[in-house]
Amino acid sequence: MINEKQIPLDRRRFMQAATGVLTGVIAGLSPLAALVPSRAWAIELHGLNDTQGATLLAMIQTIAPHDGLDPAAYALVVAALDKDVAGSAAAKADLSAGVASLGAEFAAAAEAVRVEKLRSIEPSAFFQSVRMKTLLVLYNNPIAFAHFGYEGEAFSKGGYLFRGFNDLKWLPDVPLEASGPMPG
Amino acid sequence: MPRFAFDDDGVAVIIGSGAGGGTMAHELTRRSLKVVMFEAGRRQTPASFSQNPGEAFGQLTWLEPRSQSGTWDPVKTSPTLPAWHCRTVGGTTVHWTAATPRLQRYEMQARTTYGDVPGTSLADWPIEYEELKRWYLVAEKRMCVTRRNGNPGMPASNNFKIMYNGARRLGYKRVHTNYLAINSRAQDGRGLCIQQGFCVQGCKTAAKWSTLYTEIPRAEATGNLDLRTECFVTRIEHDASGRATGVVYRDADGHEQRQKARFICVAGNAIETARLLLLSESARFPHGLANSSDQVGRNYCHHLTGFIWGVFDQPVHAYRGAVLAGVVEDENIHDPRRGFVGGYHLELVSLDLPTLPLVGLRYGWGREFAATIDNYRNLAGMLINGEDMPRPGNRISLSTTLKDANGLAVAHINCEEHANDIALRSHAQRQGQKIYEAAGAKRTLTSATPPATHQMGTARMSKDPEHGVTTPYGRAHDVPNLFISDGSVQTTAGAANPTLTIVALVLRQAEYISREISAGRI
Repeated sequence: MINEKQIPLDRRRFMQAATGVLTGVIAGLSPLAALVPSRAWAIELHGLNDTQGATLLAMIQTIAPHDGLDPAAYALVVAALDKDVAGSAAAKADLSAGVASLGAEFAAAAEAVRVEKLRSIEPSAFFQSVRMKTLLVLYNNPIAFAHFGYEGEAFSKGGYLFRGFNDLKWLPDVPLEASGPMPG
Repeated sequence: MPRFAFDDDGVAVIIGSGAGGGTMAHELTRRSLKVVMFEAGRRQTPASFSQNPGEAFGQLTWLEPRSQSGTWDPVKTSPTLPAWHCRTVGGTTVHWTAATPRLQRYEMQARTTYGDVPGTSLADWPIEYEELKRWYLVAEKRMCVTRRNGNPGMPASNNFKIMYNGARRLGYKRVHTNYLAINSRAQDGRGLCIQQGFCVQGCKTAAKWSTLYTEIPRAEATGNLDLRTECFVTRIEHDASGRATGVVYRDADGHEQRQKARFICVAGNAIETARLLLLSESARFPHGLANSSDQVGRNYCHHLTGFIWGVFDQPVHAYRGAVLAGVVEDENIHDPRRGFVGGYHLELVSLDLPTLPLVGLRYGWGREFAATIDNYRNLAGMLINGEDMPRPGNRISLSTTLKDANGLAVAHINCEEHANDIALRSHAQRQGQKIYEAAGAKRTLTSATPPATHQMGTARMSKDPEHGVTTPYGRAHDVPNLFISDGSVQTTAGAANPTLTIVALVLRQAEYISREISAGRI
């Protein structure tokens, strides 16, 4: 089972010392509902404000648009970007300037408009660093694993040897001389 | 574990504990020689291997930055990590995927077979194929290679079923679950492969051969191995006669130390081995130790690689199972009618979800990029492993822009693609895509060149001292008690994943060292 502690989402609660917050509700029917501490989630921001957080969230969803992937997964990328700049005024200023360059309407704009905007800033360090952070964080968490069908480590379950590593049925089997016997 | 004295000039020093260093440590200690082995990284165990791909990457990888230049893809796609190898006890045998093909006879006679290919420094190996083959047999036994010595082949995974059916429909004949240094049955005091798919994160059942839990503990059991972890060798010193006298290193606390030695085996991986020789310049060796030929660092080869993905209508779950358990061998031939010299393997591959977008896909973003990842369940994968052309200008040098934590220049990699490299890769990509189309793929994709995982050629063997760094036994032409014990000595790259060749050459080198010691020549 995926350990709920691996998903760094907080329960919604009153937060002090936060500069912003991203919130959401995981759908009741989602398989994720069983994995998180609470369906209602919140991520505290310590460098960015709410509006900046929402703009970045929209940017990340435009970079990696996966229909049906819970916004909580995208929020983890925002949280990672926020954490990176929290300790450095210069880094925070760079990120803020980048977010500001997207304009106030970016988050609410249609996808085609957001794509157009991002294409115009694609060579910038801001775009490239957000893209890289998206690749690093968006696909490396249990929400993404569940969504994309990656089962992750299997050592704790005895590997995939008897759990589907050879369960493909839509092509003929491989003759023994080109492979080898199942152990046991 | 013994601790030999800093001024004990009777010890053998080995730098690096991977396929070359770890094997050499076992071979020397079992012959009752005292060995001090240096490893820059920490020691993990199968129990401590992380099962989070990102965390495992940080735990095992050589992360010190490198600078680079040239026309190969990593300059753009992976600027600070042109090469992906390990910094941990056991070296790159901790994260390797354990494919163990042999070099072919024609590949060891590359210059003769391919003729004069302008812009290359192709040469024939100074040792005979039969000689190397004899040591392959010993190495394969040692490493419990599948499909050799009566070891069963690996059972077929979903991912391989697709490769096999597609390749056979295309007319390929030599298609099987690969030669792997992974236990297909329990032996050697190690378990069998349970098809976890986590080869790259370190094998938690130790079914995959790694010097970390085979050669190194066996060396330690002799009582003759002093393994110093988190110790980084910064310089090899020599005396007035040009013999190596010992090494300077930074210990785990960052203090500079000196260890004397009777002889030294460098096995730091072809990039770091070349860097260390270059850093060890002196009045006698102004261009770097053992570099009178000016060949140290040159002829760097890394194999032509790249992923090919087939997108299918139905689930594949390619991540389930041993990562490289499949190969098409038919293109590992020399057939100039294809438009290039040398050959390649197509090997099965899968990437865990977090790694796929980082190294497996071409640069991109937006709907098209995301759609491939949406199909993660339904992706089948293979990896090209082709022979790249050695070139004098493709080289490891000392970076003029970047220094490490000790203030030493890091390795700079320059890599220009030869027209033959481009032609070979594009042929391999086309054939791989055809395999997936024959198996019913609705779409196929290729990738950019990922960071290099095979490093070779930077201290190549040669008969005469003008054209190479080492003798046919990996002994430095210039420094009689200095040996190179890793992929650096490969005269050319061939298309074989290098670890088996490294182990075979080191087993042979150890026997040679033993003979030379008996004869009083070391």
